[in-house]
Amino acid sequence: MALVSFVTSPGHSGTTFQSHGKAVLSATLIGTLLVLAGLGMPKWLTFLLTVAAANGLVSLGIVVLMRSGVVSFGQGLVFAAGGYAAALVFNKVGFHDLIGLAFLGGLIACLIAVPFAPLLSRYRGIFFAMLTLALSMVAYGLLMKLEMLGGSDGFNLGRPTLLGWNLPDQQVGYIVYTVTILIATLMALGVHIYFQSSRGLLMLAVRENELRVEYLGGSVRSVVIFNFAIAAFCGGLGGALAALALGHIEPNFSYWTTSGEFVFVAILGGWQSVISVFLASTIVELVRSFSSSYFPNSWQLALGIFLLVVIRFLPRGIGALWVKEGTR
Amino acid sequence: MVTILIDGLTYASWLFIVALGLTLVFGVLKILNIAHGSFYALGAYAAASFVSWAAAMKLAPGMTLVAMLLAAVVVAALIAPLTERGLLRFFYGRDEVLLVLVTYAMFLILEDVTKLVWGATPYYVSEPYSLFGSVDIGTQTYVVYDFVLVIMALLVGGLVWWWLNRTRQGKITLAVIHNAEIASSMGVNVSKIYMLAFSIGVFLAAIGGALTAPMISVQPGISVGVIIVSFAVVIIGGLGSIEGAAAGALIVGMARSMAVHLAPVAELFSVYMVMAVILMFRPEGLFQPNKARKI
Repeated sequence: MALVSFVTSPGHSGTTFQSHGKAVLSATLIGTLLVLAGLGMPKWLTFLLTVAAANGLVSLGIVVLMRSGVVSFGQGLVFAAGGYAAALVFNKVGFHDLIGLAFLGGLIACLIAVPFAPLLSRYRGIFFAMLTLALSMVAYGLLMKLEMLGGSDGFNLGRPTLLGWNLPDQQVGYIVYTVTILIATLMALGVHIYFQSSRGLLMLAVRENELRVEYLGGSVRSVVIFNFAIAAFCGGLGGALAALALGHIEPNFSYWTTSGEFVFVAILGGWQSVISVFLASTIVELVRSFSSSYFPNSWQLALGIFLLVVIRFLPRGIGALWVKEGTR
Repeated sequence: MVTILIDGLTYASWLFIVALGLTLVFGVLKILNIAHGSFYALGAYAAASFVSWAAAMKLAPGMTLVAMLLAAVVVAALIAPLTERGLLRFFYGRDEVLLVLVTYAMFLILEDVTKLVWGATPYYVSEPYSLFGSVDIGTQTYVVYDFVLVIMALLVGGLVWWWLNRTRQGKITLAVIHNAEIASSMGVNVSKIYMLAFSIGVFLAAIGGALTAPMISVQPGISVGVIIVSFAVVIIGGLGSIEGAAAGALIVGMARSMAVHLAPVAELFSVYMVMAVILMFRPEGLFQPNKARKI
C-alpha cells in the first residue's frame, strides 16, 4: 500500500523495534513498581488506584477513538456492558475467576458495541458524540426497567477467585489492585504499540484530514470501526474490573454523566500519551474523593472548575507536558 | 387517544421552547450547550421564588404569570453576560466536542450553585397552574394551563421566527450564522450578536423552566432530564433549525406520550429510539441541508 509507506516515513520504521523495547521495559518497570508500592499503601489508596485504573481503561478507549478524530460521549454503554456481563456470569453461571471475568467483560462489551459501529462510523464530531450518548442512554433506560437485572438498584456480587485460589479476607483488596494494575499496564502497552503501527499512524492521518486519506487509498471507515471495537473492549474490561472491585453494579454505569467523566479524563490526559490517561484518571479520582469528603455538597462544582482550568490552560492534556508537538 | 394527543402536544410545547434556545445558540455560536438544562432549572427555581413572593405580597393571581416572566428575564440578564462574556468567549473557535465539554463543566458548576442557593428540598408552585381553571373534553377533564402552554410555544416560536427573518438585527444574525468571518468583515459586530443570541437562548431556557415550574416539583436533577430530551429534539430536527426544533419537539412529544400511556416501561427509551431511527435515514436531522465536505 502506497499510503502505508507514505505514513510510515523511513526514519520512523527504523526506530520502531527500538521504541517498542523501550516501551516494554518502562511498562514492566511501572507495573512492578506500582504492584510493590501497593504493599505499603493504606487500603483506601489501593482501592482508589484500582478504581482509577479501571476507569482509566475506559478513557484509554476514548483516547484510541480521539486519535482517529472522533469522541464518544457514550462509553458508559460499554462500561456497563462489561460490568453487567461480568456480574451476571459471576452470579448466574458461577464462574468466579477475576482475570477470566475481566476479559469476558471486555469481549461481551465489544460484541454488543460492534454491530453499531458501521452506522456510527458515518458520523463525525458532535453527531458521533451525541449518537453514542443516545445509545448509552437507551441502555440506561433498559437497565433501569429490567427487573431481571436488579432495576434501578442494580445488584451485588461476591468476592472473585484468582486462578482457582479463594482470596483471603485480608489480601483481597490488594490482589484485585494487583490484577487491575497488571491488566491496565498490559492494555496500555498494547495500545502504545498499536499507536506506533502503520494503522496507528493512519489514524493520525484520519484525524488530520479524512478526505486526503481516502484519496490516497486508505479506508477511513475501517479505521474508525476498528478503533471503536478496541475502545469497546477497553471499556468493557474497565467496567468488569470496576464492578468486581466495587462488588456492585447499577444502571448508573451507563448514565451520561459517567460517560462525561470518562471523556473528561481522556481530555485531561490528552491523546499524545498512554500513561497520561491513567495519571489523569488518578488525579480525577483524588479530586473526587478529597472534594467529596471536604465539601460534600459541592464536589461537582470543584470538578467543573478543575475541568475548565484544564481546557483553558492545558488544551492538549497533561500528556502535552512531556510529549512535544513535533514528535508525532 | 385524545389524551395522548393533548399530553403529547403539551409536552412538545415546552420542549419546543427549550429546544429553540438550544438550537439558536448552536446556530449562532456553534456550541452544543449542555448547560442549557441548568438555565432551564434556574428559570424554574427563580419562577418558584418569584411566584411565592408574589403570593406573599398578596398580589392578584394574574400577577403570578408576570412574576414567572420576570423570573426568566432576571435569569437571562444575570446569567447570560456572566457565562458568555466571562467564560465562553475564551473558547470560541475550538473543537466542537471540546466546547461540549466546556458547557459540561458549566453544567456541573451550575448544578451545585442551584443546590447551594435553593437547597435540595423540592419547591411546589401550583398557583398559576389552576389560574385558568379546567375544561371537559369528552369524558376527560383538562387543565386550561396546558393549552396556554401550547399558545405560549406558538407565540415564542413565531416571535423568534419573525425576529430572525423580518427584522434588520435578525437578518444580521442570519448572516453571522451563515459565516461569522465574512459577516465580521462586512462590518458586523459579531461578538455583540453572539451575546444577543446567547441571551435569547438563556431566556428561552429560563422561560421554558418558569412555565413548567407550576406543573412539576422543582428539585435538583430536573436539568439533566431536560437536556437529554432536548438534545434528541434538536438532533432529530437538525442542529440550528427552528422548523427542525418544532418538528423534533412534536415527534418527541408524541413518541413520549404514546410510550407513557401505552408502554410506560419505554419512556426514555422511546425518545432515543425515534432519534436513532431518524438519524439512520437523515444523518444530519430532518431540516438540515447537506454540506460539502472541505478538503
